[in-house]
Amino acid sequence: MLDFPGAKAAFTSRMEFISPNAAEAVPCFRILDDLGRALDGSDIPEIDSSLAVKMYHTMVRLQTFDSIFYEAQRQGRISFYLTNIGEEALNVASAAALTKDDVVFPQYREHGVLMWRGFTLDEFANQCFSNEDGHGKGRQMPIHYGSEKLNYFTISSPIATQLPHAVGAAYGLKMDRKNACAVTYFGDGGSSEGDFHAACNFAAVLEAPVLFVCRNNGYAISTPACEQYKGKHAIQLLAGRGYGMTSIRVDGNDALAVFKAVSAARKLAVEQSKPVLIEAMTYRVGHHSTSDDSTKYRSGEEIAHWRSVRDPVLRFRRWLESNAWWSVEDEKELRGAARKEVISAMNQAEKKNKPPLSELFTDVYDTLPRNLLEQEATLRDTVSKNPPSLAPH
Amino acid sequence: MAAAAMAQKVLVPCSSSSSCGKVQFSPSRVHTQAIAFGGELSQSSSRKNKSLALKAVAGETSAPVTAKSGHEILLFDALREGLEEEMARDPTVCVMGEDVGHYGGSYKVTKGLAEKFGDLRVLDTPICENSFTGMGIGAAMTGLRTVVEGMNMGFLLLAYNQISNNAGMLHYTSGGQFKIPVVIRGPGGVGKQLGAEHSQRLESYFQSVPGLQMVACSTPYNAKGLMKAAIRSDNPVILYEHVLLYNLKERIPDEEYVLCLEEAELVRPGKDITILTYSRMRHFVLQAAKTLVERGYDPEIIDIRSLKPFDLFTIGNSIKKTHKVLIVEECMRTGGIGASLRAAIVDNFWDFLDGRPECLSSQDVPTPYAATLEDATVVQPAQIIVKVEQMLQGLI
Repeated sequence: MLDFPGAKAAFTSRMEFISPNAAEAVPCFRILDDLGRALDGSDIPEIDSSLAVKMYHTMVRLQTFDSIFYEAQRQGRISFYLTNIGEEALNVASAAALTKDDVVFPQYREHGVLMWRGFTLDEFANQCFSNEDGHGKGRQMPIHYGSEKLNYFTISSPIATQLPHAVGAAYGLKMDRKNACAVTYFGDGGSSEGDFHAACNFAAVLEAPVLFVCRNNGYAISTPACEQYKGKHAIQLLAGRGYGMTSIRVDGNDALAVFKAVSAARKLAVEQSKPVLIEAMTYRVGHHSTSDDSTKYRSGEEIAHWRSVRDPVLRFRRWLESNAWWSVEDEKELRGAARKEVISAMNQAEKKNKPPLSELFTDVYDTLPRNLLEQEATLRDTVSKNPPSLAPH
Repeated sequence: MAAAAMAQKVLVPCSSSSSCGKVQFSPSRVHTQAIAFGGELSQSSSRKNKSLALKAVAGETSAPVTAKSGHEILLFDALREGLEEEMARDPTVCVMGEDVGHYGGSYKVTKGLAEKFGDLRVLDTPICENSFTGMGIGAAMTGLRTVVEGMNMGFLLLAYNQISNNAGMLHYTSGGQFKIPVVIRGPGGVGKQLGAEHSQRLESYFQSVPGLQMVACSTPYNAKGLMKAAIRSDNPVILYEHVLLYNLKERIPDEEYVLCLEEAELVRPGKDITILTYSRMRHFVLQAAKTLVERGYDPEIIDIRSLKPFDLFTIGNSIKKTHKVLIVEECMRTGGIGASLRAAIVDNFWDFLDGRPECLSSQDVPTPYAATLEDATVVQPAQIIVKVEQMLQGLI
């Protein structure tokens, strides 16, 4: 055996380069087939009807909110929006497997996690319209939600910067010996950022209780996954075996599989103080955001296929129906009610005032320093001497 | 400049108790009488009629003399003492960085702490500045008080995104929900032939980022006091240490003290000119002052300490007295602390100035390795003497 500080390995006299394509692709764990039927030999997780129905309600509400607010941006009522379409099961099922004490560090396509935790439609709408009731006090773009109460950390646009934060939070949880873990989400694109690699490495070396949930949805704006990384299972093997982390690849469009995998991962992380990587395969049905037209880089047929036949919400609904937990009437009623609620929240939020000028300068620091008090005074002076169009509400 | 009634901003000083109040600005303006400017030029001739200041430095130490005798300490150890006291006092304080744990830190600032508090609270991290700074921010957002050590401040350029977009911003963008009580510290400044990448002045690059607070220590006394204050602050604070000052020795009090982050330090009171400086340049200024005092000049020397925000109360009161300002800094001429300080002085104290605020800065070059070249890159005491004399003789 060779005993270098860097590695202990056996000798070999044969010079053999390791081909990157040698290993088989990591298999993908699923419980339900594409039509929502349990596969043979599957082990259905323990989900009773009320939990399952609650999950379904949240998925539908999320889908409805996304559609209506996307259209609102198109009509010029808000400046920006991005949807979770195609990833509803991943969002909601992963959230349902966590406890409220687990701290979530999202990228930006995880509104369903926040919705599951109890962020109301009004709260979502207030943030999108950046009115005075929004938690962010109008400081961030739409969909950059954050809720200290719900342990959902405020979204910051740059990719993957939340990954080291999650490791830091996990470090704190480990120190306090809390029965909780950190959970962070990112996309296939995010796995290219330096922060991803360092965060995985750190978490493994430091034995931090954090779940890395990769939403491998196939596209990073226009860059397809095959141009994002070379190995056919790069994220898996790299982050998993490469960095020394337990990992799993799961069908992200299968709510039951996601629920089961995340539950087990969480248990491992909390009980053994270890990081776990979950690569959830899914598909980004919507455009990257309202600033994107994805028909420029993928076919309309591909989008339509995943929107309809491969819809994770429909797949889960079929399973609910097979258990006689859901009916056509329930569907009609829920869709109607959800639509009404979302539109009402939107209209209310739109009517509210924008935050007052005084909120321009607060929260930069804990108290206002001299220069900001001065700047605020100057601004008020300017506004008072100018036409009402410049004045705050 | 109109000699009419002049607006004077009312500034309330920071009270320097251990739980200090911040500098408050009252927006009401108090109109005072105009100052006649003609009289100021007679300052230099009036010096001949008065007794000259004899001492370059106000006292033997800058620390107050107390009933206890205090103890002598080197600057790196004073930092360590402050950190250790805070870690003992508050179990949420922790340190992370490269080689801070069992190695005790590259500059021994964390020496012995891992043994005392365990290697989780004094955490050795793999090499990725962006990541461990991000970790520190995440941990701070979830209830810890983290001290992130950059082995050299220059390496923290790799962490710029985390420092600016996250530490600086998240309190604001979250609507005040999440606070980030992180201290980011490490050695910076121009050393002795450490090469360009290890000779950075990061205060120049970070000073613009809203949400950050910045302080620079220069003596064992203020190093310990600022370390403690930075840890107790709920804002993200960058504490700039200088790579060549770690072995400075000074006698500091035995009893506990915490300094005010926003306060400047009056090092030497004087009447002729206000010299504003910080970090290593403070000591160059003091060295130059010995010669200046011998030649009959009476400089007022202020170590600004607080780089963001500036202590305009202390600075302003000095300028109102002397009417002349020289800034001596290690930042480069372009875009440094000096550039911003000049602008702030012009904005606030224009009516009290006899001439433009002057500034001695480093050259706008990457710091070269060769000793002679390196010395020519930064300000030297001889230059300070020449500049002050030029200013006080009315030559510029």
